[in-house]
Formats: sequence, structure tokens, C-alpha cells
Amino acid sequence: MKTVEEIKAAIEAAVPGAGVEVVPNPSPSGQHSLRLAPGHAIAVAQFLRDDAELALDFLSNLTGVDWPDKEITEKVKITRSVAKTIDGVEQQVEETVEESRKRMEPGCLEVVYHLFSVAKEHGPVVLRMRTINRTDQVELPSLTHVWRSAEFQEREVFDLYGVVFAGHPDLRRLLMWEGCKDHPMRRDYVEPDDFEYEPTPHDAVLARAAEHKATEESPSQEGTAH
Amino acid sequence: MALFAANTEKLEGWNRPPIIAPDGDAELLEVAMGPHHPSTHGVFRMDVALDGERVIRLKPVFGYLHRNHEKIAEGASYLASMPYTDRLDYFCSLTNNWAYALAVETLTGQQVPERAEYIRVILAELTRIQNHASAIGFLIQEMGASGTPLMYAFKEREKILDLFESLTGSRMMCNYMRFGGCRIDVSTAWLDAARKVVAGLPGFVDEFENLLSSNEILMARCQCVGILSPQLAINAGVTGPMLRGSGVNYDIRKVDHYGIYDRFKFRVPLGDHGDVYDRYMVRILEMRESITILNQALKEVPSGPIMDSKAKIRGFRPKPGEAYGRIEAPKGELGFYLISDGGPNPYRYRVRPPSLMNLTVLEDMCLGSNVADVVLIFGSVDIVLGEVDR
Repeated sequence: MKTVEEIKAAIEAAVPGAGVEVVPNPSPSGQHSLRLAPGHAIAVAQFLRDDAELALDFLSNLTGVDWPDKEITEKVKITRSVAKTIDGVEQQVEETVEESRKRMEPGCLEVVYHLFSVAKEHGPVVLRMRTINRTDQVELPSLTHVWRSAEFQEREVFDLYGVVFAGHPDLRRLLMWEGCKDHPMRRDYVEPDDFEYEPTPHDAVLARAAEHKATEESPSQEGTAH
Repeated sequence: MALFAANTEKLEGWNRPPIIAPDGDAELLEVAMGPHHPSTHGVFRMDVALDGERVIRLKPVFGYLHRNHEKIAEGASYLASMPYTDRLDYFCSLTNNWAYALAVETLTGQQVPERAEYIRVILAELTRIQNHASAIGFLIQEMGASGTPLMYAFKEREKILDLFESLTGSRMMCNYMRFGGCRIDVSTAWLDAARKVVAGLPGFVDEFENLLSSNEILMARCQCVGILSPQLAINAGVTGPMLRGSGVNYDIRKVDHYGIYDRFKFRVPLGDHGDVYDRYMVRILEMRESITILNQALKEVPSGPIMDSKAKIRGFRPKPGEAYGRIEAPKGELGFYLISDGGPNPYRYRVRPPSLMNLTVLEDMCLGSNVADVVLIFGSVDIVLGEVDR
């Protein structure tokens, strides 16, 4: 089977400007991956499926990974001139100070694809795609039309991570209930604290529940079943 | 009609069977099959639209048994998820253990001693036999033969579960494999008991087949029902006996040679038509091949350690990286995808469930057939809801 670098070269020859990037994997598994630019993903996927030598006709696994915003502390060396008194004379002296600086690295949602070939019996070839951020630009192209096995798995990633797959024929939640607003597989998900509350047709019970809720201090989390 | 917009859309690489439009003003009957339908093996719903007896639309609804296994596993140490994998496909806990252990071993590069590999193969093939026997039993029961074939299958399953219990302490929730080996060594007495059970298995399969394979009702109801084309099967990620029933030669034991499967001689049974009968027949033949693997493995179990001497039980922290490991579980490709950030728990833990993936094509197989056949087609997929919903 071709190495990731060879696959990258083959993709770039077939799809000009595909913007493929090799992501090395330091683990002994040696399963390195290729990061695709979402814009060309469908063309690349079709090439990988239909290319006679690669023939990656079987999308086995599709899943999401959440990379939240990360605060990174860096040590930076700064040189500045300081006024110092040496031997009773005031002088300007160059001094190097180490200073720690904090910066936020923006997070993203990542989708990982594991491809195999049934015809050639090789694999896995690992593809990844990243959304721009985790809040409002979470759209990625759907590959359901290339590999049908993405149909339920994309629905699952949409459900549990909140990645919106553009072009999916039936993008609905798969495992959580319809009214659910949250995405429980995200790292910053907070569990609801009102599991016991159940809707009931009896007004008295409803009133009691509302009263209980009003006196309760714990804030009800948004996006749970009511 | 707006109702058919999603179905009639022609998609590339995705050949749906022709949609049969309802006659003129015929009124569609919408039926929710499940979540408490006796044939759904648990809590699973199919929203079916019927024109008379014909299925016009079928949408599976999941999630009744969802407990977010993946999230729980990301908050627990690597080893702490091992017992939880038993609860995925609770018919085949040992193959679930193996898939997870294999994924972690791929991540860390651990080696498994030879004796442990033999024990793993023996247990996995015993699991396959009892899974296929009960899957066929359930399938026949859904055809109306309540009891007899299922009880025949369960009689044999009991013997295998007794073996599991005497080795691991549990009949179904075995929690047996570890990263780099197995938990408890097998005794000579256990191996003798296993040989005795395996010696009785060919007789059971013969008897089972005499009872069923040429049964007129079974043939009439299963042949040419729920046909799945090999192209769609591959494209939709269908694996296991379903894929081979459609005639695609793809068995991960042969492709990846994980463990020590390259040392055993066995054949891969394939179907011709991709109908329910072929899936039934592939399972029968796979049981026979599993028996030949068991006979070869039980003949030459080597002595030696059952755990990698460098394996760490406490303070297990794989180096940063990721790995995907997969095995041929009785229901299809069971894979685990792990990302390690160097900490004691996996950063990302993903189960690739064969049962859920095989249901992708349920609607395609059922469209246009009678509603009574939906139960049969669904039964021939062989799912366990613990794995579908996770």
C-alpha cells in the first residue's frame, strides 16, 4: 500500500489545490493521517474511492473529536533597557528577562474518517477535517453521497458534537431525543441536574414542580428536556 | 408526493430499489413498529409507511438504550472500560474485549504472548458459534416457529457459556482480556472440557441444519427476500455475515491476520443472492469453519506466560498518539478508535459498532416487500441494541 506521502502526492495530482496536509502520529501504531481542506473534500473523497490503485471503497469509521479552546502559557525572553545605579552612577543597562505570556488557541471540531479497501484489502487510510471554530462555523461537507456508510455516522457526529454536514440527505439527531439542544460529547458539556422531572398532565403536580423549581437555587441548564 | 422526496432522490453510488408508488388515492398507513415490538430484540423502533401490505418507507429510530458509553469511557482509565465493553454486544463479550484490547495494544505497541493468543482465538470462535446459533434461533422464531429451534440453539449455547463461566467467573459479562494478554490462565482440565464441547458441536450443527435448511416454510419465506447487492453492501459499510451473504469476500480474520489467524486453515463462506436465506446459510457454514479453527487451536495450545511481562496494570499511560484497531466480531467489523494525550484516560474513545452500521441498509432491503417480511429481514441483520445505541 502507498504511504501517506504518496497518497498526498496522488491527491494533489488529481485534485489541484486540494490543500492536503500530513498529520504524523507519534504512536507505535504508525497510523498517520491526512488533513483535508473542507472545500475540496468531496472531490478528494471521490478520487480516493474511484482511483484504481487506491480503491478505498469502504468507509469503515467516521467520528468526531472535540478540541476546545486552549490556554497556552509560553515563556518569552524579552530584552529591555533598565535604569540601574552602578558604582553610584545611573546607567542604562540591557537586561534579558523571562516572562510567561498567556494566549488562547482557538478550538475546533474535528471529524476523522477511517477508509479501507475491500477490493485491494488494504487500509486504514485516515482522513481528518476541521471546522473553523466550535460555535457558529461548524459546517463540513457531507460525504454520504460518496460513501453511504457515512449516513448514520454523520448523524451521530451531528447529534453528539454539533458538526453540521452540508448536503446530508436526512440530518437529524440519531441517539438523543428530538428536543435536545446540547451536544453531550463535547468536552465542556455540563450534565443536566433535573433528571427526575417528568412532564405530567396533572396541573397540581405541575404547579408543585414549578414552585419547587422557583425556590431551588441550582440553575437549570439550558437544553435539557422540559 | 412530498412524502417520497427523500427516497426518490437519485444519489451517486447509492442505488435504491425502485419505489413503488401507492395506487392512486390509496391511503398510507403509518405504523410504529416498536419500541416494544417482540421482534426488535430490545427497544428499537421502525417508523413504517404502508400501502396495504407493502412497505413504502421505513425509518429506523435509535437511542432508547443510549447511555453514552464513549463519554463514560473518556472519564475512566483505560482498564476501567474493559468491563463496560462487555455490555456493548452482550452476546459476545469476549470478542468485544478482544477488539478493545487489540486497539490499546496497537496504540502502545505491546506484544501478546503466544499462549494468550491461542486462548483468545479459542474463546472468540466459541463466541462466534453461540452467537450464530442463537441469531438463527431468533430468526426462525420470528418466522413463527416459536421455541424449538431457539431452544436447540440455547441448549448448545449453555454448554459454551458454562465453559466461559468456569474460566472467567461470568457467563455473559466475562471481562477476560487485558492489554497484553489475558486475565486468568486456562487449566488442562478446562482445555479437556472445551475439547469435549467442541467434539459435540458438529453433531449439533448437523441436527440444526437437518431441521431447518431444507424446511419448506423457511425456504419459501427467506429466499429472494431482503436482497442486498454487493455494491451497496460495500458502499454502506455493511460487514460480517451480511456482507459475505451478498457474495463479497471480506473477512477481517483473513485480511488483517490479527492475532494468530494466519496459522489456521479455514474457508470464508459466501452467498450468491444476498437474500435472507444466504445470510442464514453463511452463518451455518461459519459455525462449521469455526469448529475447524477450534479443532486446530485446541490441538496445540503452547505453554508459557499469558501476559506480556512489560505490561503495566497500574499507572497505565500510553504515549500521545492515536490508533484504530478492529476485529471480525460475530456481527461484523468491531473497531475501537483511541486518542491518547498521555494521560491515564483516553482523550477520545470511539466504538465502531457493526450492528448500527449494518442497519444503514435496512430501509433499502425492506422497500417494496411485505410488512411481515420486515420482521424477517430485520432478524437476518442480527443486531444487539446494547451496541447499536451504546
